Amino acid sequence: MTTNLLRWIPLLPLAAAVLNVFFGGRWGKRFAGILASAAVFGSFLIALRVFMLLSPDAVLRDTLYTWIESEPFKAQVSFQADALTAVMLLVITGIGFLIHLYSTGYMAHDEGEARFFAYLNLFVFFMSVLVLADNLLLFFVGWEGVGLCSFLLIGFWYEDPANTTAGNKAFIVNRIGDFAFLLGMLLLFWEMNRLGVPSLDFAALKDAAARIAPDTAVLITLLFFIGATGKSAQIPLYVWLPDAMAGPTPVSALIHAATMVTAGVYLTARLNFLFVLAPYTLSLIAIIGAATALFAGTIAVAQNDIKRVLAYSTVSQLGYMFLAAGVGAFSAAVFHLFTHAFFKACLFLGAGSVIHAMGGEQDMRKMGGLRRRLPATYWTYLIAGLALAGIPPTAGFFSKDRILLEAYASPHGSLALWLVGWITAGLTAFYMFRQLFLVFHGTSRAPESVQAHVHESPAAMTIPLIVLALGSIAAGWLALPSRDVWDPWLQAVLGRSNPAEHGEAVNETLLVALTVGIALVGIAAAYFLYGRERRVREDGPLWGTLAQKYYIDELYDFLFVRPFTAAANWLARAFDPGIIDGAVNGVAGLVRGISASGRRLQSGNVQHYLFAFLIGTILIFVYWLRR
Amino acid sequence: MPGLSLLVFLPAVGAAALLLIPRGAMRALFSLAFGFSLAVFLVSLWIFARFDPNAAGMQAVERAAWIPAYGIEYIVGVDGLSLFLVLLTALIVPIAILASWTVHDKVKEYLFFMLVLETGMLGTLVALDLFLFYVFWEVMLVPMYFLIGVWGGQRRLYAAVKFVVYTMTGSLLMLVAIIFLATRNYQVTQTLTFGFQQLANLRLPFHEQMWLFLAFALSFAIKVPLFPLHTWLPDAHVEAPTAGSVILAAILLKMGTYGFIRFAIPLFPEAALAAAPYVTALAVVGIVYGAMVAMMQDDIKKLVAYSSVSHLGFVMLGLFAFNLQGAQGAVYQMLNHGLSTGALFLIVGMIYDRRHTRMIADFGGLWKQVPLLSAVFLIVTFSSIGLPGLNGFVGEFLILLGAFQAHPGWTVLATSGVVLGAIYMLWMFRRVVYGPLVRPENRLMADLSPREIAMLAPLVALIVFMGVYPRPFLSRIQGSARVALERVEAQSMAAPLVRVESAGERTDRGR
Amino acid sequence: MQAPIEYYLVLSAVLFAIGVAGVVIRRDVIVILMSIELMLNAVNLTFIAFSRFMGSVEGQVIVFFVMTVAAAEAVVGLAIVISVFRFRQTLDPRDMQLLKW
Repeated sequence: MTTNLLRWIPLLPLAAAVLNVFFGGRWGKRFAGILASAAVFGSFLIALRVFMLLSPDAVLRDTLYTWIESEPFKAQVSFQADALTAVMLLVITGIGFLIHLYSTGYMAHDEGEARFFAYLNLFVFFMSVLVLADNLLLFFVGWEGVGLCSFLLIGFWYEDPANTTAGNKAFIVNRIGDFAFLLGMLLLFWEMNRLGVPSLDFAALKDAAARIAPDTAVLITLLFFIGATGKSAQIPLYVWLPDAMAGPTPVSALIHAATMVTAGVYLTARLNFLFVLAPYTLSLIAIIGAATALFAGTIAVAQNDIKRVLAYSTVSQLGYMFLAAGVGAFSAAVFHLFTHAFFKACLFLGAGSVIHAMGGEQDMRKMGGLRRRLPATYWTYLIAGLALAGIPPTAGFFSKDRILLEAYASPHGSLALWLVGWITAGLTAFYMFRQLFLVFHGTSRAPESVQAHVHESPAAMTIPLIVLALGSIAAGWLALPSRDVWDPWLQAVLGRSNPAEHGEAVNETLLVALTVGIALVGIAAAYFLYGRERRVREDGPLWGTLAQKYYIDELYDFLFVRPFTAAANWLARAFDPGIIDGAVNGVAGLVRGISASGRRLQSGNVQHYLFAFLIGTILIFVYWLRR
Repeated sequence: MPGLSLLVFLPAVGAAALLLIPRGAMRALFSLAFGFSLAVFLVSLWIFARFDPNAAGMQAVERAAWIPAYGIEYIVGVDGLSLFLVLLTALIVPIAILASWTVHDKVKEYLFFMLVLETGMLGTLVALDLFLFYVFWEVMLVPMYFLIGVWGGQRRLYAAVKFVVYTMTGSLLMLVAIIFLATRNYQVTQTLTFGFQQLANLRLPFHEQMWLFLAFALSFAIKVPLFPLHTWLPDAHVEAPTAGSVILAAILLKMGTYGFIRFAIPLFPEAALAAAPYVTALAVVGIVYGAMVAMMQDDIKKLVAYSSVSHLGFVMLGLFAFNLQGAQGAVYQMLNHGLSTGALFLIVGMIYDRRHTRMIADFGGLWKQVPLLSAVFLIVTFSSIGLPGLNGFVGEFLILLGAFQAHPGWTVLATSGVVLGAIYMLWMFRRVVYGPLVRPENRLMADLSPREIAMLAPLVALIVFMGVYPRPFLSRIQGSARVALERVEAQSMAAPLVRVESAGERTDRGR
Repeated sequence: MQAPIEYYLVLSAVLFAIGVAGVVIRRDVIVILMSIELMLNAVNLTFIAFSRFMGSVEGQVIVFFVMTVAAAEAVVGLAIVISVFRFRQTLDPRDMQLLKW
């Protein structure tokens, strides 16, 4: 089916962004926010319409024009929407709209509001291009474009060097992933060319995938996965995401929790037909995913910055998604992506509301007792927190439970993977409720001056919170065991994953009970340690290591950054001017040296020249006469 | 209607007309020079309009006897390879003249050299007789020498002499090669000609090809500049006035890469094929090396100069992949580099005009003070980084795509340039534009004037347009790129030439 | 009665030698210029002498040429000398070394 509806989903926010760039300063910041929100809402309505038009196995197409053509290579600017795209589009535009709305309140006092909304709209544009792209190259446009917006928004308050450094770090670390992604595309294209299908269109790839040489498939998928670890903050390239929290909080909610960071998961889901050809890659993805989930979860326990806890939690949850993808349960991965978008966006926006109320304070040690002062924020935060912890009947319960089930029971799964995921589930509940108790319960530890100004946020901010909190509960009901509409919807795109085929009888109820059990244990532990007063001394070498994030930043600095800059420095300060230019100037110097002796003959005195001339003439005469 | 001759000699006429104007009348001088360069641009657009996008061969060819005794002719023509470089030249020169508004010293001579330089550049791009090409090639050198040496910075004489001597060394060897080639052609065919298309049909034994190729390649490689022949570039850039840097980066460097694809590769296909692994290696080293050295510069202009070494490495990588993607990408990347680096030098010049320093450490927080300039800076920075959606990506991707087929090992290394490019550009951008506005001097900076907007707007518009819709460019480049590669592709396919394979390289190039 | 050609040639040679000596030795640019004139006229004398003895006119034609050139040379040379003198207040060739290196 072709339609020209699809193009408007990215184009509306793009148009709004362009208008805000050129006229944002002129028509006042109030209008900038309204325009931006309206554009995203328009996209949301179109996305809904697209969703209505689709059936699980239908694909909508909208081709604009041929972008790059170089025989035999050809890439079009062409959009496609299938069941997976529709889910992503609804998340991006729906949650995107709520966050735009929230931002009109959150950013109301900021002078750069028009710029902020232009960036945010640009982000929605690139993100929808990413999910709508019908070929890998256009996908890459969105992929890098969201990276650009992330860079711009992290460094939005550019006057603080910490923010802009974080922005650079995000972009550069992402570029390392993109480097692998690019190589993956190159390799894939020539492999496809070898097969006689010179194309990077997803449809063509899907048809030809089975004929790709197995070794090449492993290499290609590995490269794409490295790309995904950059964008989706997995080991070893996760380091940028916690720093990215330097950006305004709505940005953290939209880009660094709900949408952009899930692009890597979307990539693996979109290319699932390739990944299933490469069992090595899949098991690596599962291991990395599980390791990241646990690793980031432990760090989250020891953070004191309200947003950093959530950031590491995001890394950890993304690890879950990759764990699911790695065991071949792409549908479960996307499901967790979907529910996570609701509750994590809600948590971030709630955190933003808290920060807003506390006058910019982000340290949880200076909070406490906010429950009564910020009731709407508290309740939505609690609901989303329960969802993150995986307590039924919230959305997080259904999606996380499903991942753990697949990690154990799928053909690629194993007990070890499940165990890591299970422990992480406990950690998740613990750090989440540690945060909740520290921020909202107990007595306030803030100075008087701050306490006096604590106030609930305006309606533009609380309404999105409430909607997202409702979503954090209801989103999971799409996959009720009794009436599952999720899997059938995505089956045509992602393939069937059926744990029952594992052979041995899996006691599903036991697994569910274990998962919920450890989550409850985590919550109980958090209550015991932090419920009223902090009852644990947060120190010791273990705590210090966790609080310092295992010193990974320092390790990278020591292993990569320093040697590299030292080498660059040597090249720039010693090698280039000394040896290369030295050789050039050396040749010049040699010529000059030889000439220097010759030039003494040139006295400049015309009589010397004439005398030399005379001698010469005489010599010639003598020679000529004696011959 | 002799369009190309009009194009080439109109700036020279303008230069002559300048001589008639008294040197005090600055406004008249500028207006005249700007008017002529604008007229040249219009002529170039007219040529573009008449260009047949589907034809691969030379178009708008003009021929006249010049020095019949030696078979030297005046032959000019454009094809897809030169068309856009001609347009770029015709676009950049008016912008460079606008950028020279701040020159107050010896304005008449300055503008005179500017227009003579334009004639030289356009002539080089359209010349199809090797001798004519050589003449124009040298004509470019003289005005640039004066532009750097008279209107340059502190060490201008050093830079100007280095520039001229370095370039001359190469081009003299090329002259020898040209004469040798014509002589050999005379021995074989009994016709004395310097015409490129006749000489391209000559088949020389491999060892002769190799020497001739080396002579041509040295001349072009210095101009590119290919690592390790690049050290004249940072000096020349740093010392040149803004307009000089812009022209140097945007156009003069392209003459080297253009020379390779136009002359060196089609004339000596076997030699080019044999040299490819080495050239590729140097190109890749240049990509990484240029980026790493750029990273550590304190002077913005020097940083941009080294970034050129890195970017031009990509172009060379594409050219010596000897496939359509590589060649198309390389030609496209020449245009991209012209636009984005040209714009970068303009911006650096604007900053310098305001603050009289180019040291990164003297800035910070410019966004607060000059948001418009900073926004343009941002776009240009990302164009240089190769962000998809802007022009740089299209060229870079095609180059990598082509190079990957030919030299996968080197291409992996080259692709790391994508990361390095982001590092050095963003480090610089962060230190100049972001951060707090601490220095009181910077609080006096004014944002872009209408003149400066007029200079940057066409470049930014093209940067976006070429990223979003490259097809009109690529389709015109395609046919001519095929022709240029015809012989070398035939070589690589037919003759199982003994080639020295460098490490990590596969032999199955090109189908 | 005609003097033999040797007389003329010897006279010419002597004049020429005086001119050369003047050019090489003297420290005054004007005298050097005059010495150059002397050398030119020594050559002229040779031409005239041969022309007369051989009975052809070519030699005399050449002499006219030489005289023209000498006049032009004197004009340019003296003009340069004057401007150099104005600039430097000297006529000593040792102080006129701008062409050095």
